[in-house]
Amino acid sequence: MTEKYFFGGSVNPITCHAWNKDRSQIAISPNNNEVHIYQREGNDWKLMDILNQHDLKVMGIDWAPNTNRIVTCSVDRNAYVWTQGEDNKWKPALVLLRINRAATCVKWSPCENKFACGSGARLISVCYFESENDWWVSKHIKKPIRSTVTTLDWHPNSVLLVAGSTDYKVRIFSAYIKDIEKQPTPTAWGKKMTLGQLMAEFKNSTTGGGWVHSVNFSADGNKVCWVGHDSAINCVDVNTGLTVVKLKTEYLPFLSCIWITPMTFIVAGHSCIPLIYSFDGTSITFVGKLDESQKREASGVSAMRHFQSLDRNSRLESTDTVLDCIHQNAISWVAIQSGTKEHTTKISTSGLDGQLVIWDLTLTRSMQNLKI
Amino acid sequence: MAATLKPYLTAVRHTLTAAMCLDNFSSQVIERHNKPEIEVKSSKELVLNPVIISRNEKERVLIETSVNSVRISISIKQADEIEKILCHKFTRFMMMRAENFVILRRKPIEGYDISFLITNFHTEQMYKHKLVDFVIHFMEEVDKEISELKLSVNSRARICAEEFLKRF
Repeated sequence: MTEKYFFGGSVNPITCHAWNKDRSQIAISPNNNEVHIYQREGNDWKLMDILNQHDLKVMGIDWAPNTNRIVTCSVDRNAYVWTQGEDNKWKPALVLLRINRAATCVKWSPCENKFACGSGARLISVCYFESENDWWVSKHIKKPIRSTVTTLDWHPNSVLLVAGSTDYKVRIFSAYIKDIEKQPTPTAWGKKMTLGQLMAEFKNSTTGGGWVHSVNFSADGNKVCWVGHDSAINCVDVNTGLTVVKLKTEYLPFLSCIWITPMTFIVAGHSCIPLIYSFDGTSITFVGKLDESQKREASGVSAMRHFQSLDRNSRLESTDTVLDCIHQNAISWVAIQSGTKEHTTKISTSGLDGQLVIWDLTLTRSMQNLKI
Repeated sequence: MAATLKPYLTAVRHTLTAAMCLDNFSSQVIERHNKPEIEVKSSKELVLNPVIISRNEKERVLIETSVNSVRISISIKQADEIEKILCHKFTRFMMMRAENFVILRRKPIEGYDISFLITNFHTEQMYKHKLVDFVIHFMEEVDKEISELKLSVNSRARICAEEFLKRF
């Protein structure tokens, strides 16, 4: 039901990962300055290439499916666009982000002619290729971001951009570049769409607080969900007004969220278990857990073990090293492995334990009762 | 007295589990720096409200959290002068060797006897639940250790005094 992989026998955390179009290759960053490309061969993964242009830790990877380009960004304040040459080796092209702090996240727009990169310089760089100069240029969205941009996501129309930051706010901007694009058609989020226009702004919490860890646009672009450090899940539907629907959970904070159907999304984070929630426009409801690992049976007589543990460790809770779930440390990244945001059949998660886990959603019990 | 130890440690354990949700975070003030925000405190939005859990006047724990680091300061029970000296010597011994203890801070926070500094790099290398276990285990053991030290100091002093007074 679930497939678990370690890459190259390493237990280093996987900072981020991205799939190519047919899901035969994966780009991962093993928590350092390198990006490794692996090709799937049956149950094994073969290292195809190592992209090592960055000086410092890579923070974001995105693989454009149709144009087959990889964009990476890193703490060294640079981004590279990688294109595959004739010999299947990846060639870098430096992107001048014009930022002076770490780049934190990067995403291709759905039409793949530009990408957005968030940074600790309290701005978002929207970058596009200028063919007459043969380089990537960037335009900045600055106001009114007050702190590090931690996450971003594109609207399916490739114009709107949602960004979450550590100033406890989620903002929707227009990232329309008039040099390369036609005038965008109005969306439910607003009509005026010059570059950097703030379309909407939401507080993560009414009482203040909670760094935003992840944001995601739904497949039709009318819904946004985000997760913050206050362990809450938030959703906004533009058709039912711009009111934030908030669900406080009993779990540890979530680090990643992604829509899997028009109504449901998956969240995962420090609790090490991916959870499914659904949003109907007015309320968020819990659907199920993906990780259905059973509690391992305690071997031997439990009362005896209890007293032994009391005797040896002078404590009652004899928590051993292995957690009762598949991931052994926080999940930091969730991606769609097969399907689309409309209908996802498999997702992949990676985290601080260095594991990549592929979850088949069609086989999950909680998903089968779910009507789509 | 012992009846209050368990709920105290349970409270600390749950607070630590919640506080140790750390993330990598590069400085947004200084270029190419990555420092524990709880130490540098460069931006106030990155630091959470500190929590103090106290069992009584003398025994308490201060847990300060930020986006990429958590600082845990422990005040150890010191009932009399001997315990005060022993506690000072004991914590000094450990803090002089802080690099061997990985998460130990070289100096305690003012008003506390010993401090730990846990960053996102520690939670990446070690299991988070084991780090929590370690801090709780330390808190359990340190009281025991000091009272044992005190007993041996006292018994040694008694033997010395007996030997000395035999002459008179």
